[in-house]
Amino acid sequence: MVNLIKEIRIHGRGGQGNVTAGEFLAEAAFIDGLFAQAFPMFGSERHGAPVTAYVRISDKPIRKRSQIYEPDYLIVQDPSLFRGEDVLQGLKSGGLIVINSSLKPEDFDIPYDYRVVTIPATEIAIEILGKPIINTIMVGAFAGSSGEISRNSLEKAVLKRYPGKLGEKEVEALRKAYEWAEVNK
Amino acid sequence: MKAIMEGSQAVAQVVSLCKPNVVCAYPITPQTHIVERLAILHSEGKLKAGFVLAESEHSAASIVLGASATGARSYTATSSQGLLLMTEVMFNIAGMRLPVVMTVANRAVSAPINIWNDQQDSMSLRDCGWIQMYAEDVQEACDMHIQAFRIAEELNIPVMVCMDGFVLTHSMEVVDIPSQDEVDEILPPFAPSYFLTPKDPVTLGSMAGPDAYMEIRMLLHKAMKDAPRVIQDVSDEFEEKTGRHQGGLLDPYELEDAEIVLVSMGSLLGTMKDVVDQLRDEGYPIGILKVRTTRPFPREKFHDLLCNARAVAVLEKDISLGLEGILCSEIRSAFCRAAKTPNISSFIVGLGGRDVREDDIRNIAISMFENDSCRVEFVGINKEALAAAHWRAEDYTECISTDVCPKPEKGDS
Repeated sequence: MVNLIKEIRIHGRGGQGNVTAGEFLAEAAFIDGLFAQAFPMFGSERHGAPVTAYVRISDKPIRKRSQIYEPDYLIVQDPSLFRGEDVLQGLKSGGLIVINSSLKPEDFDIPYDYRVVTIPATEIAIEILGKPIINTIMVGAFAGSSGEISRNSLEKAVLKRYPGKLGEKEVEALRKAYEWAEVNK
Repeated sequence: MKAIMEGSQAVAQVVSLCKPNVVCAYPITPQTHIVERLAILHSEGKLKAGFVLAESEHSAASIVLGASATGARSYTATSSQGLLLMTEVMFNIAGMRLPVVMTVANRAVSAPINIWNDQQDSMSLRDCGWIQMYAEDVQEACDMHIQAFRIAEELNIPVMVCMDGFVLTHSMEVVDIPSQDEVDEILPPFAPSYFLTPKDPVTLGSMAGPDAYMEIRMLLHKAMKDAPRVIQDVSDEFEEKTGRHQGGLLDPYELEDAEIVLVSMGSLLGTMKDVVDQLRDEGYPIGILKVRTTRPFPREKFHDLLCNARAVAVLEKDISLGLEGILCSEIRSAFCRAAKTPNISSFIVGLGGRDVREDDIRNIAISMFENDSCRVEFVGINKEALAAAHWRAEDYTECISTDVCPKPEKGDS
């Protein structure tokens, strides 16, 4: 039972919607009929400071509540975090890293047994949303590259949080990210 | 209906379904989201209660005391320093036999100031006369609130529902929120047998001198001693009506044939169960005793469930400084002069929000198979940080107790 849990760790900076990104993934997994758990590394949510959020997804109820030390997936919302933190710490062999960057995967100094997808989320956000709000784009890219959650459910989760015009724009950005990741994974 | 939501939002929804007449609380991390959500539900007209703003936790507790005395179903919530500020009023609420329900979003207490989770706050108030229940997950926290109102009102004893701050209050997970009809079926309207009203004046909370005080304290003691039956009945009824396992006061997990038993309360239990499942697969005879209720303290039940174990490890997020974990001391009290006594050890874990990892639990468990002493240990301590505080190796050794109850030496009688 324990082995069926998929663990995702999100690295970003306060203000980038890291906690919300985790909640989108958990909500989408729930809509997909799975069990999910999302929680931040508590108490450190200051603007600009490194923030970590965690998501667990499973087809069975999830009991464990420790932080995530050996994730299957990493979402890196701000690549500058690679300079100050051991972002890759504990990532399982063969694990997937989704990075917000206009650089290519090979431009990052990452061990070969990891898979890397880069997505220019900030550029896409400015193009579609007019603002550098990247979290829906990053979760879209995660869904597209990992296949762990469906695009449809993720869109529903985003629209639930942001109904109306803003939600529609967010979904447009999410779709673009999903398709980008499907092609570039 | 099944939904996925943050623990605080779920608890606020369920509290609202319990139809309190008066809600009054002062915001404090990590309880805040519960009260915020209740305020929203109130502003939307879904929570039809008097929603009173207070200027401190002491006032909030005083307001729910007064409200409850007039026969209103009353609810408050707090954490840590807020709970400590309420303390004076909490003794009054219990002494006046007022069935207030409170959520404690468990958090460490100052100093040093720390907003993160442990259970020092509620465990420090174990003697104030409130029933204390501890939730393992968000679903249990929700279910416990419904039972808490029922238990409080049947017994005229206030109930504290303790849920680990952040770990449960700020985690998003799947939860089954009952319908209004389902809640109504378990929780009838509050019908107090006595309350303050000008039509039929009574006095509540009057003075009792040396001639009467002790008897009244004894009555309170008796009421608490009688509480387990009601708690168990309500738990059983809830389980029958909802189909969700509840577990009464103490809930065994893989306890049959267990040589080593891990005991704990609150959100740590889920991680512990995963670890115990792994250890069972590896052939270790190990189980868990989950503590749902610390007051009333089910001493005989503890004895009966633990007396066949070789050793017991009590993992808790609190400490009685200079002694050991609070729950551990209490469990020891169940074995005075018992024919069969397990070795009982106290493990202090997760103070001030320190994460308790699966490996921490696994290491404790395996050490219990290898080391038979009754000991007190701190888990996950950074010895380098202690060295920076000019600690010597012997300071560390003196801080933990390697043998709390040494075996009598030969020749002792």
